[in-house]
Amino acid sequence: MNAPSTSHYPTAPTAQLSEAHTLSVLVDNEPGVLARVIGLFSGRGYNIDSLTVSETEHQKHLSLITIVTTGTPMVIEQIKNQLDRLVPIHRVVDMTTSGRAIERELAMVKVKGKGEHRVEALRLADAFRARVIDATTESFVFEITGKSDKIEQFVALMLPLGLVEVSRTGIAAIMRGPEGM
Amino acid sequence: MSREMTGAEMVIEALADQGVKHIFGYPGGAVLPIYDAIFAQQKVQHILVRHEQGAVHAAEGYARSTGKVGCVLVTSGPGATNAVTGLTDALMDSIPIVCITGQVPTHLIGNDAFQECDTVGITRPCTKHNYLVKRIEDLPRVLHEAFHIASSGRPGPVVVDIPKDIQFAKGMYSKPKDFQHKGYQPKLKGDMEKIKAAIELMARAKRPLFYTGGGIINSGKAASDLLRELVKLSGYPITSTLMGLGAFPAADPQWMGMLGMHGTLEANMAMHDCDVMICIGARFDDRITGRLDAFSPGSKKIHVDIDASSINKNVKVDVGIIGDCAHVLEDMVRLWRTSSIHPDKKALADWWKQIEKWRGRKSLAYRSSSDIIKPQYAIQRLYELTKDRDTYITTEVGQHQMWAAQFYHFQEPNRWMTSGGLGTMGYGLPAAVGVQLAHPKSLVIDIAGEASVLMTMQEMSTAAQYKLPIKIFILNNQYMGMVRQWQELLHGGRYAESYTHSLPDFVMLAEAYRGYGIRCEKPGDLDRAIKEMIDVDKPVIFDCMVDQNENCFPMIPSGRAHNEMILGDAAEKLEDAVTEEGKVMV
Repeated sequence: MNAPSTSHYPTAPTAQLSEAHTLSVLVDNEPGVLARVIGLFSGRGYNIDSLTVSETEHQKHLSLITIVTTGTPMVIEQIKNQLDRLVPIHRVVDMTTSGRAIERELAMVKVKGKGEHRVEALRLADAFRARVIDATTESFVFEITGKSDKIEQFVALMLPLGLVEVSRTGIAAIMRGPEGM
Repeated sequence: MSREMTGAEMVIEALADQGVKHIFGYPGGAVLPIYDAIFAQQKVQHILVRHEQGAVHAAEGYARSTGKVGCVLVTSGPGATNAVTGLTDALMDSIPIVCITGQVPTHLIGNDAFQECDTVGITRPCTKHNYLVKRIEDLPRVLHEAFHIASSGRPGPVVVDIPKDIQFAKGMYSKPKDFQHKGYQPKLKGDMEKIKAAIELMARAKRPLFYTGGGIINSGKAASDLLRELVKLSGYPITSTLMGLGAFPAADPQWMGMLGMHGTLEANMAMHDCDVMICIGARFDDRITGRLDAFSPGSKKIHVDIDASSINKNVKVDVGIIGDCAHVLEDMVRLWRTSSIHPDKKALADWWKQIEKWRGRKSLAYRSSSDIIKPQYAIQRLYELTKDRDTYITTEVGQHQMWAAQFYHFQEPNRWMTSGGLGTMGYGLPAAVGVQLAHPKSLVIDIAGEASVLMTMQEMSTAAQYKLPIKIFILNNQYMGMVRQWQELLHGGRYAESYTHSLPDFVMLAEAYRGYGIRCEKPGDLDRAIKEMIDVDKPVIFDCMVDQNENCFPMIPSGRAHNEMILGDAAEKLEDAVTEEGKVMV
């Protein structure tokens, strides 16, 4: 049932637990479309944990926005419906409930160090299948792709070895199987 | 067939092709080319308002009373920002509006040019959709699309921002044609399986009720007719939100009156105790539900709404049907007629007996007086003296609005224009201007409070200019009445800033605007004065001096449920009726 409330204004449904969902949002690639999506999230108090946007089909002027958000099931349902209401949005697919989504992220990780640390960083990078995309005598930039938790693990390992900074793309997601969205 | 013309001419051409007869607006530097195009034609009449907020409210009144799209034309910068309140109001109440705003030339956008503002940025959260047109080739499509989006699905305001150089640019204009927007396709037909499930729930109900809203009005006359048919067929009781008044005739015995914070006892008690709730075109707003965890705890809920995001937003429902009210109601009526299930007549009779018991409490009763005008009495007299005429009612926001909803009875849809969602004081006067323009021969009354009406009083000048004989019926208690009532309830009677000193003399004010002023202070004079107001063929300000201390009852106090209403007779117990938490939360 509904959450307890002492107000005429509805309070957040706290009875349900929050969960993370990855939403794929197919939109017209037109000015302001990202602002509409972000404005909706901030205006209605939803969370954005990760956001990636890129044009996918130039001919059709379509872009794909992948959003990772957290909320109770009722809020997630609201987010999907609210997104669907925006005029330039074609489709909203909940990748998490589909259970058939592949999610990947790319990160570039800069590590500075000499001697043992430098060797160890390289060795770990190899184990994680990270590539060296830039090197100086005292630093590396690694490129690593994978699930978010793999990247987080790698970054955590680099921390004591001289981690300088990390640049992550955020999550991109696609459905398994032959069908498109 | 397409023709070459300037962007400004395209605007007028598109308005005419969309069947627009009137546009409410205010000129300025960045829309001068469009005003030039208006000057050169007869198809679209421009109505000069006195403030851009008034333009949008007038367009809302026009739209709400006709079912057509209301149109607005304002300049860049302050023109656009002044329109924001009206746009938000239209968004909250789902009123179809197309608002054309001028913008500085494209090469100056972003330069902090004179009268520049980020119109699409500012209006993004307060419109259904908006456009900045940067290429003349896009303009015809965008204009037609704007009308389509404003009027279809869940209606709402659409802004088209047109830079001045685009207004001057020449391009090919094309007529509106049926086009399919790839991403925007509102669903009209409801899911048949769900409608069947709903009918089955309804047929087995022992204590059912209809709870309807503004969606019925927006769906058009057909939706009201179908609703009436279904309610008659089923024999179930019906209540409605503020926005839905008139969809079902108030004179009908199945009508329980409005529900919600200031709804009738029978409507709210029935909401609380029902076992099947049939919600059509309403959205479980917080003024309706009261305390959410105590909202209709034992009922199965059916919800019909064209906006999927309205379903399961505040209240979890059992059957959610996404679709247009008229379409879904048509299916419901058909299924009900052909269904073999027979409702439980005995249970329904018991349910009605219970409802009649609640009705017998006469929750709208008030203590009458022979020497001071009670505001409820004023509305009752106004109703009695105008009900047989072709009358449209608008309101401002506050106590008078609730009394109007309680004591003015609507038999038809589109006769009641009020700001429900946003609660915009100052809505009623400009809305009346719009309504009167759309219905020149009808009686248009703005039931007002003296505080609200001063917010947009300048539109009296518009009414005078276009000879619109609107009647502004002010329930003057010299207080912001609803604020005063809440201060009495929640803040120990400390009336901070809710009393207005130095009010204008409304009779003289009416005359200053070349209108007609009437003051009435005694109940005995009321009928004669109202008749005088009706007979004057001029804008009238009627200054009805009412009881300053009257509160609006019944009321569901803060933090309480539907079955914990306080009635007028219990007024002396007000202080105890509000919980500590309630004081903080609302």
